[in-house]
Amino acid sequence: MSTIAQTFKETARRLTRDLRHRSLIQNALGKYYVGRDEKKGRFQNWQEARQAAAEIKWEAVNHLDTYLQEFVKKIEARGTKVFWASTGQQACDYIVEVAKKHRVRSIVKSKAMTGEEIHLAQALEKSGVEVVESDLGEYIVQLREEPPYHIVFPAMHLTRHEISDLFNKKLGSAPTDSPEELTMIARRTLRKKYCAADMGISGANFAVAETGMISLTTNEGNGRLSTSLPRIHVALIGIEKVLPTLDDLALFLPMLATVGAAQMLSCYNTLIGGPRQEGEADGPEEFHVVLLDNGRTRLLADAEQRDTLHCIRCGGCLNVCPIYKNIGGHTYATTYMGPIGSVLTPHLRGLMEWKHLSFASSLCGACTEACPVKIDLHHHLLQNRRNAIRCKSPWWEKLIFQGFVILMNRPLLYRLGVKFGWFGQKFHGLIKGTKIDPMYAWTQSREAPQLALHTFKDYWRRRQS
Amino acid sequence: MSEREQILGRIREALRVAAPKPGLLSGPGQRVPAHEKRPTDFKPWLPAVGDSFDERAALFAKNSAELKTDFQLVANRNELQDKLLALAHAEGWKKIATHAGEMTNFAFAALGLPVLQTGARYNLSELESCDAGITECDALVAQTGSVVLTTRSAGGRALSVLPPHHVVLAHRDQLLRDLPAAFAALKNCYGSNYPSMMCLITGPSRTGDIERILVLGAHGPKKLTVFCM
Repeated sequence: MSTIAQTFKETARRLTRDLRHRSLIQNALGKYYVGRDEKKGRFQNWQEARQAAAEIKWEAVNHLDTYLQEFVKKIEARGTKVFWASTGQQACDYIVEVAKKHRVRSIVKSKAMTGEEIHLAQALEKSGVEVVESDLGEYIVQLREEPPYHIVFPAMHLTRHEISDLFNKKLGSAPTDSPEELTMIARRTLRKKYCAADMGISGANFAVAETGMISLTTNEGNGRLSTSLPRIHVALIGIEKVLPTLDDLALFLPMLATVGAAQMLSCYNTLIGGPRQEGEADGPEEFHVVLLDNGRTRLLADAEQRDTLHCIRCGGCLNVCPIYKNIGGHTYATTYMGPIGSVLTPHLRGLMEWKHLSFASSLCGACTEACPVKIDLHHHLLQNRRNAIRCKSPWWEKLIFQGFVILMNRPLLYRLGVKFGWFGQKFHGLIKGTKIDPMYAWTQSREAPQLALHTFKDYWRRRQS
Repeated sequence: MSEREQILGRIREALRVAAPKPGLLSGPGQRVPAHEKRPTDFKPWLPAVGDSFDERAALFAKNSAELKTDFQLVANRNELQDKLLALAHAEGWKKIATHAGEMTNFAFAALGLPVLQTGARYNLSELESCDAGITECDALVAQTGSVVLTTRSAGGRALSVLPPHHVVLAHRDQLLRDLPAAFAALKNCYGSNYPSMMCLITGPSRTGDIERILVLGAHGPKKLTVFCM
């Protein structure tokens, strides 16, 4: 087993037994479920809306070359500089270069999972630029020097007391147990950063091909500020984010808000189609759009799992996943966690190193049901398992199944086996639950079921006679 | 070959194998058959909105209450002036920021306070020190309680998000039914020459990042007031 998988198993085992962790997650998600269902109920037909969203995404992803070119043509026409990056490294290098060219000293970043994916902040910091995360949750985890816990709720694993201690230690603020106070401390600190920043970095939730605009969703207004005040704006966007038309947002924005944060619409949905235009009061002098491939075309080539690229990063599948709820976000050790992360990561970082995520699933299908764009997540987990076995099937498993085939094809042998099993089980008690028990994985915390001396077949024969 | 051509090449290569359309797969939640053409009319699925002005106004008011937006219908300019003065007095405004426009011009004349105009280039720290930003807008959306504005209709990008209180002045005929109508209005108004920023603002700035407890005014305005005349 790879060390990544080993660490995953160990952390998962520890956290599933951690009652404090469980209550934090339950507290965060309990409120979410109520709000989400209430908002879903306001739709006249949620299932039809999902189907429409899935079909629009299908159209965009399956004609990606056409829509991407349309998007680029339109957004360049208003003076935007577009950079195509095959790898994360290329994207980082380009953005560092832009920062250097403009003598950028400080950057405010609004939440972008693509940035996490390519470790953009680290690359910029290494080149000597200060990067401040401006989303409150992201800012908190940045101060703690750890990755986000959730795609949408980055600091959901922390209590107000922990955050107060953190602010006290890092910012020198007075301790408080009021979330309002804590938010205001962050607001005051970050305001100064906004006003002083030379560059703003954002991601995008959607890229509208028809009009050449990026769509950016935030609740706090950090997306607005970091794209308004600094003189340069860089948007880092996965190539799969395109939507065909502006009108499509009328469907996608409320769906994203409903599943993502249990809102009818997020507070700020901003469309940006260029740098400051002639006659406008403000806005950045330069606007760069970096289009990121970084493994996405590899996933696109897998027609079976291509719909994974429909993902709008709402985090809805994490919120309903029994695995995520038990093991939490950091255990995955990936950029994208939860079911979508388990499906996506093997494609982005290699199947054999990350296949364990696809095995860590109950296959309950809650993720597929929750997905607003109907990604067939739990079947993709199964397909990853199949692909992993095809690459390298474990010899012992093959042996067991060969034995199973022999046993099942020979009724006499089967009957003998059952009787022998009943007999053999008498001695199981000697090693049951210990490390030398071949059933250890099961018996360490559960009772093993007893084999019956009289099988159904015996019973049936007796009844017939 | 440029990076652009390489990426596009990989995309075309990948798309040579067709993927099944959504809805044609088997499994739970996948039984709805795919439509012939890509759906474009979302009205039948999005939240319902009544047709008359009163129904729209009632829904906007209900959504505003939920979002903690202060929504006020005013009959005429006199009433607007009274309400603005009351607001300025209650919050002790010393300086306001606004942009040139028919309604905003009236508002700042009515208030008689020192004013920063963001029409031309302005000083950022001066805008930051203003007590309120007063803007016009492109539309109000009853369905979601949103304000639609652009750099052109609302005096740039920062005016509507930097001051602690954002006051929106709207006309009665700007109150639209739903989101499809809002996007249609933007298309109709700006057509081929879009402003560099367009925004749907739905309530004052908010966060739930600390224990999922709602706090207003995370980075943007703590208060949002919408006057509809």
